Amino acid sequence: MRSTSLARGAGLTGLVLGLALLSALPLATEPAPRRLSVYSAAANYSLPIALRDGRAYIGLLELLDPLGPLVAKADGQRWRIRFNNRVQAEFSRGKSLVRIQGHDYDLGAPFLLEEDRGLVPLTSLNTIAPLLLGGPASLHVAADRMFIGEVGTHFTASVPPSDHPSLVLQFTTAVSPTVTTESGGLRLTFSHDAVVSPASPTLTFGNKAIPSATYSESNGNADIFVRSTNGSLVATISRDGKTIEVTSSSSPALASGSVAIIPSQPAPAAAPPIPQQVPPPLPVPSLAVSGPPVPRRYFVVLDASHGGDDQGEAISASLMEKDLTLSFSRRLREELEKLGITVLALRESDTGLAVDQRAALANSNHAAIYVALHASSSGHGVRVFTALLPSPTEDRGPFRSWETAQAPFRTYSLIAAAGISSALQQQQIPARSMMAPQRPLGNITEAALALEIAPLGTEPAQLASPDYQHTIAVAVAAGIASVRDKLGTVP
Amino acid sequence: MIPRHLIIAGTLLLAAVLGMSLYAWEMRSRAEATALRGTSLRPVGPPVTGATEPVTLAVAYDDAGLIHMQAAQIPLPSNRQQRAEELLRALLNIYSDRSSPHRLPTGADIRAVYLVDPGLAVIDLNAPFANGHRSGILPEELTVVSLTQTLAVNLPGIFRIKILVDGQERETLAGHADLSGFYDASSIGQLATQLQSAP
Repeated sequence: MRSTSLARGAGLTGLVLGLALLSALPLATEPAPRRLSVYSAAANYSLPIALRDGRAYIGLLELLDPLGPLVAKADGQRWRIRFNNRVQAEFSRGKSLVRIQGHDYDLGAPFLLEEDRGLVPLTSLNTIAPLLLGGPASLHVAADRMFIGEVGTHFTASVPPSDHPSLVLQFTTAVSPTVTTESGGLRLTFSHDAVVSPASPTLTFGNKAIPSATYSESNGNADIFVRSTNGSLVATISRDGKTIEVTSSSSPALASGSVAIIPSQPAPAAAPPIPQQVPPPLPVPSLAVSGPPVPRRYFVVLDASHGGDDQGEAISASLMEKDLTLSFSRRLREELEKLGITVLALRESDTGLAVDQRAALANSNHAAIYVALHASSSGHGVRVFTALLPSPTEDRGPFRSWETAQAPFRTYSLIAAAGISSALQQQQIPARSMMAPQRPLGNITEAALALEIAPLGTEPAQLASPDYQHTIAVAVAAGIASVRDKLGTVP
Repeated sequence: MIPRHLIIAGTLLLAAVLGMSLYAWEMRSRAEATALRGTSLRPVGPPVTGATEPVTLAVAYDDAGLIHMQAAQIPLPSNRQQRAEELLRALLNIYSDRSSPHRLPTGADIRAVYLVDPGLAVIDLNAPFANGHRSGILPEELTVVSLTQTLAVNLPGIFRIKILVDGQERETLAGHADLSGFYDASSIGQLATQLQSAP
């Protein structure tokens, strides 16, 4: 009898343990929740992906909120949004048609409204995001990665001939990957950087020690796996964050100005990866979308005007204004950084940005000065423009009129214009300050200027001269630095 | 020996080819003449005649990047809207001259000026005006100020000015000067004053 009850107790305990193990099994194998990584000039962020009826959905408010002013209103079965003070869209609960700026588009699956939170099918973002944002946006569906604007970070990889082979990865912007050692190589995982695929996902180098590298992307990340046939690898990153050198751990000492990431012990073949975070490169401007603007750092937004299809003035058959402004922006950024001034360049490649996007990016980053760069074959020297504002319109509550947003900051703009003009004249460069009906100056909520650079003489080709650009960049940077104490910021 | 009927047929065909060539040549000349008439700068309506009136034109000068307020005597109709159009045509006559201080593209013209109460003037430029305009903040600004200030100075009661191109709204004149909103006559006045003084 006792033995029977003991056996029954043991059996019950076994059953409970078995059930517990069975219930724990799905938990252990449950994949991490999916997240969408979003890369934009305003901010890089990630959002949870909701699964409904086997379909992936994304919250539209969470997606758009960091990118510009957004107003949303639920009205019964309808959900209306107004983005960037311009684009209007109307969604209907359970319907797959959305009306954007008066035109109907198919979402491919029903729109969901959950507690005033609108959810759209993830795959519909390729259609509706460009319409809402007014610019290019592409979704890498399989990898849960979304690129808004031309923000991709491109890279090149090469193994220069040497006794101590090393792979040099050059990125177009600063990156901060996580480095892990794995069997047969080293993996760089880019969770926060908009790294995009090279022309071919597999890169071969014809080197015995480092024969190849493979690019892949999944779960919101981009990975570069560097294969090694010669033991463990070490990654070093340059101070500016744009160059990563992968070498064998037996290679000579690191170049100065680099940060070494050396795994303490090479991981055994079957061991899980050891994550090691590369220190963030210096200096990196803050890309916070929100936050108290006071006290503000002395932070400059440079806007190389035009870009992409918008070429600006054709200075000559082969010289476009968009290329000159980009080149000048790079030089000016360099000079400002030499003076210890943090800079955010809105355009770093031949990409187009709408004027509203430029204003929204400048405003959301709480810069002290916004400087739009232009080039012209007409006239001489540099013209410094401030906004020509229409009559003040009535602000509504906490909302400021978009057309006259610059009005309260006009004094700061005039101070900055005077400082830059004075610095240019000290360098014997003709400078003239005046107003202009030039967007987006009127929409900027900080000191805002447009500089139009013309040649000194009658030869427009001078605009492309590195010496001329350098002379002007030095003077403009000095002018910007000279008004640092007058713009209500802290050093 | 070539048969006689082949010689006759060949001659007739040659004559037909020559005839068709002459006809095609004539048609081409006519088409060219028609195209030239299409780009004529002359206004379609009859010229305004009668007594002239003193007006002030805001004339742009590219070399110096300035606006000069120039006195002129032009015949003006009594209708306020037609007066506005004639004022701008007088300005365009200056710019269409070979020695123009402010070059405008070939075929640039004002389609119409509409006066809308209270105090709004709408200037409708033709497409060649904007499509061929030189790009640049200052060149475009000089054009905008020249047109709007000329209207504001000569037609009392205009407070706001809107510029259209071919009857449509347009973001910019040629990539820079903002045409999406309305210009305040008072703001344009301040800018014109700024542009009258040498740098």
